[in-house]
Amino acid sequence: MNTRFDRIVEDNAWCPGCGNFSILAHLKEALEEMGLDPLQCVVVSGIGQAAKTPQYMSVHMFNGLHGRALPVAQGVKVSNPSLTVIAEGGDGDMYGEGGNHFMSAIRRNADIINIVHNNMVYGLTKGQASPTSQRGFKTPVQTEGVHVEPFNPIATAISLDASLVIRTFSGNKEHCKAMLKIAIEHKGYVLIDIFQPCVTFNKTNTFKWFKENVYELPDNYDPTDKVKAFEKSLESHPFPIGVIYKSPNKDTLETILREESNRNGAPLYQHQIDYRLLGDEINKHI
Amino acid sequence: MRNSVSVLIGGSAGQGIASIETLLTKGFKRSGFYTFSTKEFMSRVRGGSNTTLIRISDTPVNAPDFKVDIFVPLDTNAFFHAQERITDETFVIAKKGDYECDCVRYDYDLESLAKAIGNPIVSNTIAAALVFGLLGCDGAVLREIISEFYTNELLAVNLKALEVGAELARENGNCRYCIKPNSLMRPKNDLFLSGTEGVGFGAIAGGCNFISSYPMSPSTGVLTFLAKQSRNFGICVEQAEDEIAAFQMGLGVWYSGGRAITTTSGGGFSLMGEGVSLSGMTENPMVVYLAQRPGPATGLPTRTEQGDLELAIYIGHGEFPRIVLTPGDPKECFELARKAFELADAYQIPVILMSDQYLADSYFNVEQFEIEDKQPTAHVVKTDANYKRYALTPEGISPRGIPGYGEGLVLVDSDEHTQEGLITESMSERNEQNGKRLNKRELIYDEVITPEVDKEGEIAVVGWGSTKHIIKEAVERLADERIACIHFSWVYPLSESQLASLQKAKYLIVVENNATGQFAKLLRLHGITVHEQILKSDGLSFFVDELSEKLSVLLKEIR
Repeated sequence: MNTRFDRIVEDNAWCPGCGNFSILAHLKEALEEMGLDPLQCVVVSGIGQAAKTPQYMSVHMFNGLHGRALPVAQGVKVSNPSLTVIAEGGDGDMYGEGGNHFMSAIRRNADIINIVHNNMVYGLTKGQASPTSQRGFKTPVQTEGVHVEPFNPIATAISLDASLVIRTFSGNKEHCKAMLKIAIEHKGYVLIDIFQPCVTFNKTNTFKWFKENVYELPDNYDPTDKVKAFEKSLESHPFPIGVIYKSPNKDTLETILREESNRNGAPLYQHQIDYRLLGDEINKHI
Repeated sequence: MRNSVSVLIGGSAGQGIASIETLLTKGFKRSGFYTFSTKEFMSRVRGGSNTTLIRISDTPVNAPDFKVDIFVPLDTNAFFHAQERITDETFVIAKKGDYECDCVRYDYDLESLAKAIGNPIVSNTIAAALVFGLLGCDGAVLREIISEFYTNELLAVNLKALEVGAELARENGNCRYCIKPNSLMRPKNDLFLSGTEGVGFGAIAGGCNFISSYPMSPSTGVLTFLAKQSRNFGICVEQAEDEIAAFQMGLGVWYSGGRAITTTSGGGFSLMGEGVSLSGMTENPMVVYLAQRPGPATGLPTRTEQGDLELAIYIGHGEFPRIVLTPGDPKECFELARKAFELADAYQIPVILMSDQYLADSYFNVEQFEIEDKQPTAHVVKTDANYKRYALTPEGISPRGIPGYGEGLVLVDSDEHTQEGLITESMSERNEQNGKRLNKRELIYDEVITPEVDKEGEIAVVGWGSTKHIIKEAVERLADERIACIHFSWVYPLSESQLASLQKAKYLIVVENNATGQFAKLLRLHGITVHEQILKSDGLSFFVDELSEKLSVLLKEIR
């Protein structure tokens, strides 16, 4: 499917068969089908193979530093709330290097979509363990197998009362696209953790493995029940996919900061300085 | 009759030093004196030994003396903490029998006096009234200020305390340290501003509409100042989870057209290193307020030092231009904070505005100044469909578009990038983009602020940042016509035009509040010969009397 979000790319850095290709395609299609304008979309990313995603799309791009997509994305959203802001990267980028920002972004609840490509391995640095690697996973560094507990982003996000928590699988096109649309539509912070295979460095958690280790949440599942959602987040082998948790409605960061600073919704670039008031304030120091 | 008097108040945190300070500084200022105050304090929320120095004069003074004329220790610890600052002429208002000193002691128990009139907490007001009387100031002014501050019972007891204090002054020889204001010379409506407030107002004048910081002494004052003013001036304020995020949020704000600042001290700034580098690479503007304290590591959290100049100049991997500004008083803080936003925006670079605990926490007498009420130059362009963020232009600066304003896409990349903003490993494009970034330095040279040269002479005493007025007064005291004072408020990058005044001098003395002479090293890199250095890194600022003494020793050698 052709979309207005396509970019002609001569030299893609991803391996053939990489799950990133599917996620990129699903995202572009989701944005297209929702009628969004590329000129109103910003994708902020960090470093890693997943973080290259905006290089291959036609959107505004801030491809920054490893782990730092979330603070930049929050800054962009506060500065101009009319933009659709996506922070996208891999499990190492978002959960490892950017772990502190991940927790704080959830708590701040800016209206951004946090897409995490989760392949349980480091790709760009060639095959070391990532925060979501399963115990026992052998790599050139973890030669005897990973000896730490895997990070559970879903449980973490629910514990911090994330506005919306989603997990999906890149290999399930319909599900993944549907979930991306729900994420984009949602007002508030969304974590969308997308399982994807790494064809080069992860020979354990393969396409087949993921396919056999996920199941779709049934239609009667209630994501607003926080305790149930937490229970779901602890399930593994198979892992549930779908909208796992939805918090009660809450204000977004950009709304709160604007109320607190007496601003309307206009972007910050339209800022005017009140020099008369500034003079008055300075004169209080006479 | 004296022309300058120093009053030192010492006590533990929470003991009410601030209330005496407020009463006296307001009182002195309203009585027509040029007034300056500075403080040094321990890194504790309660207890410890802290002092505030208030200096008044009939001519402008904006620097502290070490030795003081009047000392009010609110407890015994305060006395021992500051006893080196006492001379045999110092009038110490102290509790009888607490300690011995070669000084003029006023032995009385202010606390008992305060209790006697109904409330022990007004002992500070008694002390203030006594100091006021000793200096021959009109008690009515103090009465007026107290009436503005307190109401009802508190007002009544404070007014009583005022009477008690005034009476004690009469008994102890009113006018013992008499000083008369120079009402003709001192302009009406001048301001009493701290370095912190100068930076805060300057940021507002520079169009700041976002601040994200992690609190760290001594930079936090600007964060709280802007938070307090957020409703007045539409400033979005967010406390970040760490300094890394604080800087990155600011970059996101600038990227989409806002004007952000982050505030920190050396430790936090170290964490911002990658952000500074990202600002350089993406040509995304950013403003950092760096208020120094002594390092390394946690160092002396509440003390002062000029130890982070090299950090500011060299922080961040790779090669890219930046500007480092070093104001020397609240007025320069205002002007340069404002200018920092303009420079960052115009040249698409990180701009670092440096201060330190001494400057941040000291109050200066500042002549009222005009605020030019012109909105900042719009450096952001409306994009067209063919927009390229990193276009090569004859001017050397790629016009900066922002998302959502125009028909183009704005791509910025921390990787080396094409003109469009996409990742590349092409060597020729690397050279073009790297060259463009580095060549901005040449354009920046046109903006530099030449150092302020005070007096002429073949011996130049050179400083930067917060030492400005201390050096100036120390040199004035020497009354040696061979000496010129040179103050740098723009320290990086240094251009030839800034160095001319140094090249003229036959003998160069660089004064710095650090241990290794970081600015002197920078001058030497530019081929300047530095003959002598006066350095200090014990956590305190220089003092006029101390520096003047050190200079006079050096001058004897030159003779």
